[in-house]
Amino acid sequence: MSKLRIENVSRVFPGVRGGEPTRALEPTNLSVEDNDFITILGPSGCGKSTLLRIVAGLDQPTTGSVLLDGEAVRDPGPDRGMVFQSYTLFPWLTVRENICFGLREKNVPDKQQAEIAAHFINQVGLKGFENHFPKQLSGGMQQRTALARALANDPKIMLLDEPFGALDNQTRALMQELLLGIWEQHKKTVLFVTHDIDEAIFMANRVLVMTARPGKVKCDIAIDLPHPRHYTMKTTPEFAAYKARLTEEIRVEAIRSAQAEH
Amino acid sequence: MFDPLKPVSPGRRTALGILFFVVFFAAWGVVTYGGIVPPLFLADPVKAARAGIELFTKYNFIGDVGITIWRVVGGFLIAAVFAVPLGILMGAFKSIEAFFEPFISFARYLPASAFIPLLILWAGVGEAQKLSVIIIGSFFQIVLMVAVIVGGSRIDLVEASKTLGAKRAGIVLRVLLPGAAPQIAETLRLVLGWAWTYVIVAELIGAQSGIGHMIMDSQRLLDTGQMIFGIFVIGVIGLVSDFLFKQANARLYPWYFIK
Ligand SMILES: Nc1ncnc2c1ncn2[C@@H]1O[C@H](COP(=O)(O)OP(=O)(O)OP(=O)(O)O)[C@@H](O)[C@H]1O
Ligand SMILES: [Mg+2]
Repeated sequence: MSKLRIENVSRVFPGVRGGEPTRALEPTNLSVEDNDFITILGPSGCGKSTLLRIVAGLDQPTTGSVLLDGEAVRDPGPDRGMVFQSYTLFPWLTVRENICFGLREKNVPDKQQAEIAAHFINQVGLKGFENHFPKQLSGGMQQRTALARALANDPKIMLLDEPFGALDNQTRALMQELLLGIWEQHKKTVLFVTHDIDEAIFMANRVLVMTARPGKVKCDIAIDLPHPRHYTMKTTPEFAAYKARLTEEIRVEAIRSAQAEH
Repeated sequence: MFDPLKPVSPGRRTALGILFFVVFFAAWGVVTYGGIVPPLFLADPVKAARAGIELFTKYNFIGDVGITIWRVVGGFLIAAVFAVPLGILMGAFKSIEAFFEPFISFARYLPASAFIPLLILWAGVGEAQKLSVIIIGSFFQIVLMVAVIVGGSRIDLVEASKTLGAKRAGIVLRVLLPGAAPQIAETLRLVLGWAWTYVIVAELIGAQSGIGHMIMDSQRLLDTGQMIFGIFVIGVIGLVSDFLFKQANARLYPWYFIK
């Protein structure tokens, strides 16, 4: 049985100020297997965040349903960790306290919280910043803290909405390897939205390409590259072949999306 | 010098603040010593200061100051202890808000001073009546302002907390409350200032002690020096309490003051 099933999920937002309703997401079907690392590519406004929010239980689909381990998702819960596209650290908590937030809600003993926090602070490269408040961090550091906060909670599924969008290339590559390392080690199920084709191929065992709005899954490409992956993989001919194919798929959608706006 | 929103250095800030007081006292001196306003209506600064010394040494004014502070702080704390939790609940839960909001919005416009005759009837002229004036004046304001602050909390943070496993109580206590706390503290600082005006009004009518009572007595004797000194003392206490409040906020909520 699939870990996560998205069945016929669509979302129509009511019109804003008497305007036309927005069809953000066309009926979408997807089954995600345990340990899948799925990356989602698609033009801006095609409903990627909407889809992730529905899986998280933060938004309700207009039609269809989401099943996690066979059970319908209604509310948000700690079994689905999320890193939001926008900055959502708690400004009154330090980096360490932010990372411990979910653990505290679960009443994990303090000592264990400290250990888990230290581990992930190390992994996301924020050692020395444990006691900083979010306002004292750069955008990229905030997103790394948010990633650590979600990971510390040990969810079954990670929903990542362009988590590395604000990072420079070097840090981004490091974070990709870090996340991939965690995935290889802990075998998590991941849905990962990105605009970066290299990132999408490098991280995934499946890449979904979505159509321009109203979004639906246009193609679902399995990435058959061996694990563990190393950044040098990005220069192999196999990688280049995937990249050529995805670039073409996305170009078509980008053009359609641009035309739709005019 | 006049760059919008550009911070000034602490030294310069203090200097500018003091400069205004200098200007103020100078202007006061000019209108009184210059004979622009006759002494019957406005005492000069030195006379006011003398009256002040006399008040403390001869008339036990410190006792009046003490009792007034006690009333303000007592009434304000009683109001806050009930108003803040109610405001938080109203801000967090829209049905609670729908239930209380119309009445409280109505009650907020009832001037506390208008209740004084009624309160004297109900509670006599003792401390209960003084405290009631302050409680009536503060309670509804605090409730409404706190409800607005909590209601304006960032929904994205609430969503993030839900994906981290926070449930209803956790969201209220560990997301809404800490996020709103600095602004709630600011509100309390503001309302405490208003409470000072209510207490003086309460003491002007039917009181045997307090700064307001002293001012009333001085009026009978046409002692503008004492009256001015009394008002001045209220201002000084307000300034000090404001300063302490601000210091406490900066200490309690360092994250809020990071630019
Ligand atoms: N709360 C809302 N009310 C109305 N319309 C909305 C709402 N949220 C999203 N939409 C609409 O749904 C569409 C899809 O939005 P979504 O945020 O899912 O896009 P996205 O694929 O994540 O884009 P991006 O790559 O730019 O983040 C957009 O057209 C947007 O205007
Ligand atoms: Mg998005």
